Amino acid sequence: MLTEFFQYLFSGITVGATYAMAALGFTLIYNASNVINFAQGEFIMLGGMLAVLFTQAGLPLPVAVLLAVVVPTLVGVLVEKSVIEPVKGADTVNIIIITIGASLVIRGLVQVTLGKNARALPAFSGEAPVTLLGAVLPSQSLWVIGVTALVVAGLWFFFNRTMGGKAMLATAINRTAAQLVGINTAWVLTLSFALSAGLGALGGVLVTPITLTAYDAGIMLGLKGFVAAVVGGLGNGMGALVGGLLVGVLEAMGAGYLSSAYKDAVPFVLILLILFFMPRGLFSAKTTERV
Amino acid sequence: MKTLAKTLAFCAATLLPLMAQAAEPIRIGSVLSVSGPAAFLGDPEAKTLEMYVAQINKQGGVLGREVKLVHYDDGGDASKANGFAKRLIDDDKVDFLVGGTTSGSTMSMVPLAEKAGIPFISLAGAVVIVEPVKKWVFKTPHSDRMAAEKVFVDMQKRGITKVALLSETSGFGQSGKKETEAVAAKYGITLVANETYGPKDTDMGPQLTKIKNTPGVQAVFVFGLGQGPAIVTKNYRQLGIDLPLYQSHGVASDEFLKLAGPAAEGVRLPSPAQIIGDKLPADDPQKPVVTAYNAAYKAAYNESTSTFGGYAYDGLMLMVQAVTAAGSTDRAKVRDALEATKGHVGVSGTFTMSPTDHMGLDLSSFRMLEVKNGDWALLP
Repeated sequence: MLTEFFQYLFSGITVGATYAMAALGFTLIYNASNVINFAQGEFIMLGGMLAVLFTQAGLPLPVAVLLAVVVPTLVGVLVEKSVIEPVKGADTVNIIIITIGASLVIRGLVQVTLGKNARALPAFSGEAPVTLLGAVLPSQSLWVIGVTALVVAGLWFFFNRTMGGKAMLATAINRTAAQLVGINTAWVLTLSFALSAGLGALGGVLVTPITLTAYDAGIMLGLKGFVAAVVGGLGNGMGALVGGLLVGVLEAMGAGYLSSAYKDAVPFVLILLILFFMPRGLFSAKTTERV
Repeated sequence: MKTLAKTLAFCAATLLPLMAQAAEPIRIGSVLSVSGPAAFLGDPEAKTLEMYVAQINKQGGVLGREVKLVHYDDGGDASKANGFAKRLIDDDKVDFLVGGTTSGSTMSMVPLAEKAGIPFISLAGAVVIVEPVKKWVFKTPHSDRMAAEKVFVDMQKRGITKVALLSETSGFGQSGKKETEAVAAKYGITLVANETYGPKDTDMGPQLTKIKNTPGVQAVFVFGLGQGPAIVTKNYRQLGIDLPLYQSHGVASDEFLKLAGPAAEGVRLPSPAQIIGDKLPADDPQKPVVTAYNAAYKAAYNESTSTFGGYAYDGLMLMVQAVTAAGSTDRAKVRDALEATKGHVGVSGTFTMSPTDHMGLDLSSFRMLEVKNGDWALLP
């Protein structure tokens, strides 16, 4: 009975950690620009696909992973420079629509150049799972959870203790005021795209041994990641982590204790409830709007 | 100079229509899901059709006439398939239809083919396409019911009676679930657990844990397509479940071995002979057809073949054979010739159609395979 519970919990944490990774990317760009970047899922997919491509080309795993993170980062910068920056003054909504367009282009290019087949990547430290409290956890899950935790800590440090991070926050809060105190706001937006693309790609590489990947894998991960980010409170790193794990665990519990047919409905119903009572998400600070 | 131009103009005016008439091509219309979620089915189908239409034309065509393929991509959308089928029939004036990658697309095209009276060979799996029998509609793939029956025959041999079913919520998985539930009793099998998963799910641990803790389960049968079954197989090994694991013909491709890796060891599934062409015994009537198809596809596209491309090959060849047998492209005559197909050896099996059977394959066209040492092994 208890073993069963732990098994559902571990399954949920494994999936939830992948959602959390995706949620972090949304959080970053939202922090810098109040924009929801719907191309986030494609950066995750790119990371996974490229890691598979490079390992198949015979590169050792660490080199392949590094390249699979660097290339999408450059793609992120390219997207920002080529389509986001020219419309800098536009409404947030316009920019959001542009990111949807960018995601379609990236997905289409990958589909044409790398093919439509699903691909697998071997787990970093062997396929043998870890047994804990009578339940099993794939060893790759530990990688995902560990790296996600490190990234959250790193982001917290970046935003609270470094000038670059604070400049980013300041730009998000008030672009004009930030410019007046000498912050290069154009540079901040580029940096946030580079960071979130790189993080997304890293997440994509880490989850691929568990989830497999294909040119259209970004749609699902992006969607669930977005939900996780909203539940946790947009713009909050800790919230992204908790939101992701919550969605994953709720799904697993729903499948285990209710019915697998209603698996996707369970978290969404609960999320609606959460947002009904806490419209700004679990972790968002209370803000007062001046009228 | 003037006379030459005149002569040329005269030639052009009189000879060209004549030549065109002599070479009026046989038009085969096709709607396939080359992009979208069913792309991994539609892509090899389209490639196969293109390659063999070119080859047939190189060898002089059919009845001395060129074959022309008119092809549209429905992106896996049944309503688009309906629109394209209308266009093929009304505007492109095709003689026959070969295509319909998914069961949904096929069923949206069926009323049009029936109304226009056009012989239509579908490449989709569901039983509803040919049951009840529709006058103008035929299909080449094995049906999901046959896959379930083949698996149950193997379970019977091993004395298994209590089975857990894990099916995908896709059209393929749900149709498979329905057929599996319908034929289980016939083979003395009880389904003691009945779980589902979504085609884009990334972890099936909870469903498998539930199955593992169901008392009396002797084997697990997974009905799905693409990457889902590979993840199920991985989770199955991680959870340390040591019951026999059966998959459907939906994963009968080398892709599955690549995705599931060592976890696939010991998995059993029903499959067309196509994926084990080189391992078939030399006296197998399908061997030459299968090896020739595999080699030609590999040479043309440098990709390994899938059973789906094989269905397209069979669809095209059945149509060509029916046109040859009918001696004309008269639609009614070709339809009758299709229905009279006997012992046509294809990539997917040996086809024998009848007025009550518009698929023409029996259980022997499925081979039971087991994954051994990372490769397929043929079970007796």
